[in-house]
Amino acid sequence: MSYTCKIDGKLKIDVRDFNFYYGNKKALSDLNFCVKENTILALIGPSGSGKTTLARCFNRMHDLYPNNHYEGRILIDNKDILDPKIDLIELRNKIGMVFQKPTAFPMSIFENVAFGLKLIGIKNKTELEDRVVQALKGAALWDEVKDRLNKLATNLSGGQQQRLCIARAIAVNPEVLVFDESTASLDPISTSKIEDLMIEASKKLTIIAVTHNLQQAARISEYTLFLMNGEAIEYDKTDVIFTNPKDKRTQNYIMGKFG
Amino acid sequence: MSKRRFLNYLGLTVSTLSALIGLFFLFWIIISLIYKGFHYLNWNVFTQNAVAPGDNGGGLKFAILGQLEVVGIASLIGIPIGLLAGIYLSEYGKDSFTSNVIRNICDAMTSIPSIIIGIFIYALLVVPMGNFSALAGSVALSILMIPIVISSVDNILRLVPNELREAAYALGAPKYVVIFKVVVKEAIVGIISAILIAISRVLGETAPLLFTSFNSNFESYKLNKPIGTLTVTMYDYAMGPYDNWHHLAWAAAIILTFSVLLFNIASRLFSYWRFSH
Repeated sequence: MSYTCKIDGKLKIDVRDFNFYYGNKKALSDLNFCVKENTILALIGPSGSGKTTLARCFNRMHDLYPNNHYEGRILIDNKDILDPKIDLIELRNKIGMVFQKPTAFPMSIFENVAFGLKLIGIKNKTELEDRVVQALKGAALWDEVKDRLNKLATNLSGGQQQRLCIARAIAVNPEVLVFDESTASLDPISTSKIEDLMIEASKKLTIIAVTHNLQQAARISEYTLFLMNGEAIEYDKTDVIFTNPKDKRTQNYIMGKFG
Repeated sequence: MSKRRFLNYLGLTVSTLSALIGLFFLFWIIISLIYKGFHYLNWNVFTQNAVAPGDNGGGLKFAILGQLEVVGIASLIGIPIGLLAGIYLSEYGKDSFTSNVIRNICDAMTSIPSIIIGIFIYALLVVPMGNFSALAGSVALSILMIPIVISSVDNILRLVPNELREAAYALGAPKYVVIFKVVVKEAIVGIISAILIAISRVLGETAPLLFTSFNSNFESYKLNKPIGTLTVTMYDYAMGPYDNWHHLAWAAAIILTFSVLLFNIASRLFSYWRFSH
């Protein structure tokens, strides 16, 4: 399939002739799209369309389980991250991920944020503290937890835990951050806080956000990719997708006729 | 009364009665133990040496320390092996053919009569070494512990949500960091109670020690020599002809029962315990 990348800015991620298989089952087929640097790309589509599957390709999460395989190329800064020789630990330092459910580790708030920093080799105590504080401020959580950094993180509320996960992810200064329906289990106030964080973070890094919530995609993203049955149906600027979709299926989905 | 309600009452009555029968015997044992044995329990029991057959007085000092040594060394052997094997099954082997075979063997091993393990170690260690030994007793008990620790650690770790592992991997953590810093930490309360249960399980064992650590009336804590333990001493004293021995056997029974109870209660408390600092 011939394809030209049309974005108005610097290219960050380039997905070419990409297929993904769970065992023999093809889950994503023939994807071609590119992502602009320092922006938010929303992945939308009905359940089972492959949004999460696609999101989990960028940090090679599928490698944790046997029999999955990728075809084609995903270039980040012109480097193919599907190359079998690539160091997955290094890749995952650069491509962060925030999951649907909050996943606070069973350790203190401080230790949670320091977890990734220690992995990239930051041992100096002052530097560690500085970056933890910075990350917690960046995730708009600092004011709520500054007096109890040594308390167990799993005692925080769901929304706070999710912001802690964002703090943990941004602490290591990733280049790309993948949000996999990260607000799906949160109340509206927590959701709006996290949306603000995503918009703020997208000034410095590239965000890919899987969402079921179309209003959310419209509120936060600059580009939107609409997936169905593992295929990319339409990819464009978000306002075009929502106001003037070219494909009938996109139109039906946006109108709420299925999904 | 409708049939459904009748069956409901019938089920409730039968199961309540069954529970009461079980509890009745348990309390009977504990109460008669306290009633008949408690007055033989005194400070001398803990501090006095064993005495020659027929003499009065004396205590269980050798047996108590011997018990601690045998169970302690059994734990030092059994817990690390069980723990690491449990981690292997849950985190590396997962649902592979090999791990399922190991799981089935573990289940089978937990139901092997413990005296058979005693005889096995008798052939494996006692015969080649030429005499009964504390080490042989510890190895026999550790073989009893290992499958218990493996199965419980395996089950506990598999309860840790996969999202937590993925979140750690997503930060670029290597597998050993994911396992030891996140997964094991998340399950630590369950792991410790499993270990306490395994210890309390072997604490009351007599059969595997009869053929391995045997018994000793002398103070010796050498690994390559026979050693007295509470369980075997109780068995010997209870079977013996002297009243003094019977009194000490009662005391040993009380000490053992309450140690086992204590370990069980401790593991329960530990399960309820949550970080609160």
